Amino acid sequence: METVKLTINDIKVEVNEGATILDAAKKIGIRIPTLCHHDDLCVAGRCRVCVVEQKGARLLQASCAVPAAEGMQIYTNTQKVREARRTILELLLSEHSGECTSCYRSNNCELQALAQEYLVIGGAFIDVSDKSPIDVSSPSLVKDNGKCIKCLRCVRTCAELQGVSALWNTHKGNKTRIETFLNKPMHYVVCTNCGQCVNRCPTGALTEKAYIQSVWRAIDDPEKHVVVQTAPAVRVGLGEALGMEPGGVVTGKMVTALKMLGFDSVLDTDFTADLTIMEEGTELLTRLKTALQDGKPTPLPMMTSCSPGWIKFIEHEYPSLLDNLSTCKSPQQMFGALAKTYYAEKIGVDPARMVSVSVMPCTAKKFEANRPEMKSSGFKDVDYVLTTRELAHMIRQAGLSFANLEERKFDSIMGESTGAAVIFGATGGVMEAALRTAYELVTGREVPFRNLNIEPVRGMEGVRAASIKIENVKEEWKFLEGAELKVAVAHGLANARKLMKEAEKGASPYHFIEIMACPGGCIGGGGQPIPTSPEIRLKRAAAIYAADEALPLRKSHDNPEIKMIYREFLGAPLGHKSHELLHTHYARRNRS
Amino acid sequence: MMNLDSTVTVAVKKFGAEREQLLPVLQYVVSKEKWLSEDTLAEVARVFDMSAAEVYGVASFYSFLDTEARGEYVIRVCRTISCDMSGKEAIMEALQKTLRISVGETSSDRKFTLLETNCIGWCAEGPAMLVNDEAYTNLTPEKVVEVLQGYMNRT
Repeated sequence: METVKLTINDIKVEVNEGATILDAAKKIGIRIPTLCHHDDLCVAGRCRVCVVEQKGARLLQASCAVPAAEGMQIYTNTQKVREARRTILELLLSEHSGECTSCYRSNNCELQALAQEYLVIGGAFIDVSDKSPIDVSSPSLVKDNGKCIKCLRCVRTCAELQGVSALWNTHKGNKTRIETFLNKPMHYVVCTNCGQCVNRCPTGALTEKAYIQSVWRAIDDPEKHVVVQTAPAVRVGLGEALGMEPGGVVTGKMVTALKMLGFDSVLDTDFTADLTIMEEGTELLTRLKTALQDGKPTPLPMMTSCSPGWIKFIEHEYPSLLDNLSTCKSPQQMFGALAKTYYAEKIGVDPARMVSVSVMPCTAKKFEANRPEMKSSGFKDVDYVLTTRELAHMIRQAGLSFANLEERKFDSIMGESTGAAVIFGATGGVMEAALRTAYELVTGREVPFRNLNIEPVRGMEGVRAASIKIENVKEEWKFLEGAELKVAVAHGLANARKLMKEAEKGASPYHFIEIMACPGGCIGGGGQPIPTSPEIRLKRAAAIYAADEALPLRKSHDNPEIKMIYREFLGAPLGHKSHELLHTHYARRNRS
Repeated sequence: MMNLDSTVTVAVKKFGAEREQLLPVLQYVVSKEKWLSEDTLAEVARVFDMSAAEVYGVASFYSFLDTEARGEYVIRVCRTISCDMSGKEAIMEALQKTLRISVGETSSDRKFTLLETNCIGWCAEGPAMLVNDEAYTNLTPEKVVEVLQGYMNRT
């Protein structure tokens, strides 16, 4: 590859052709402030806060957008640059409702940080911020145009990573806004509630809808028994929101914190992740049996149903494929349904006075918990969904020194889990967990991968495919002898769309497809700590796989509490009770 | 009333459904129906395999691609400085008084919509206005009433 040589602040640097001035500066440790730039997204060049001076050029250059060129002499810290940046920030602030003390993103706001850095004190320009009402229609997200600086990170996220484009820039000039189709409320458009825009919004214009106060009220109410479940990816993200480095596994500290916050039962969504594998694995084998042995038409490829952003996406965009979805509820909703039935009975608590809370790396889970069909227990199965970020807020409010907490174990029952459940948090994890169990069920042997690590379905490639030859099967699975099980994994809805286009034409070569709405899977979920980047997500994923390897049990069917719940309560996978509590149906939605 | 889907279909047959044909298709629909309804935008999005928000974003960028209901005759009065200085206010008053609507509104019989527009290139002959695609220049309040009368008498 061709390289170019330039100097930045008189320091020589050589970069590959095509690299921007910003990339070159990063390489030699010179920080240039940015707002619209994001490592996950294409260049926008909109906010101009990254301007630098180029010797010989009349105008300042936006370093995020201008490619480094041979012989360039760039200066990032001249008076001209400092004054320009300050003015740009003043202009941005003039269209921003600066309510920093009461803003949800205060202290985690890129605009606030830069305004502070450049000491932009007292607005030089009149307030032209958008006064339209805050959109609180969605149970997941809040959109406040008044805080929007039109950086288009949300628009680019929704288009490039998710292929949804629920948001777009509309109108022009000083009337430019970021809007949904016809400026409808967020709840009534194709938005999947994935929250990826929230992860990338530099200000408080897009945030999750917080349920912190409702949860505190439940905890404070002596009449209520408050049960909390925590998703796999929360334990590898929470630390970041509390001042720790990315890539740490904080399960034990998180459990201690939840107990100290006052939750009555601290349980694990990983338990129902294992349960999902039992149900979904059986469902897959049943469909294969119908197709291969009975020769009857059955919807294949089967597709996973754990990710509520993905579910809403397919409901809007590919309703003709809804029968391909597994009927399994997500682990969160399985947990909710069991908490107010099986668990309530076991611990002798009236489900009417039980409050079921989940902590999720996800904003779409808030929507999912509010779906009208999610009341199998006779009550709302999950009352409140908190994101990883909201839990971090509560931990700070309680004054806990998180990094110094001792490590404790989840309560029993519904607290036991295997490594197969932990990896649900990373893209490819559900597939890997399902294969570990299904292969063994059919052949009586462990999956033929070293140390149970099914590497072909791991990684950050947008779409990954793998196949496993099934041989020497047990008598009852004879129809699978010699079959090649073909699977695919996609993360990010733009990648999901590639697989769906194929499936819609009936041209999908796969038997089983895992889709996660968010890049990287749940570790990159819309409820995870901000910021996010490819690098951060790799660290979280590595932590997930390390947590898996550290566990004594790594296959869902080995979980003793899973065996117990089938023995005592559910009967068999796909049995009557399972159908009543653990399975669901989907709705057709329209495309606009 | 013309079937909305069929206008889009006709436009797409004429221009195709490649991305670069989005503006011609939207312009064609507006030329037939005066504005882009929710159904039209959703239909265009489906045919072009784009998000409805994006199609709306494109339409809302252009002043002449209306996304609000418009009357049969859309009057656009130039609000730019030379027209303003040559008496645009009096023209606007005459229009509002005669049509009994304010700027941005459509008459109850859905015949007229009154809007302002940026420069339409008739600076030398201001004040100027457009009625649909027809330009009227050197306007006086009396002339405006005459023009309106002509449209009112059309069937």
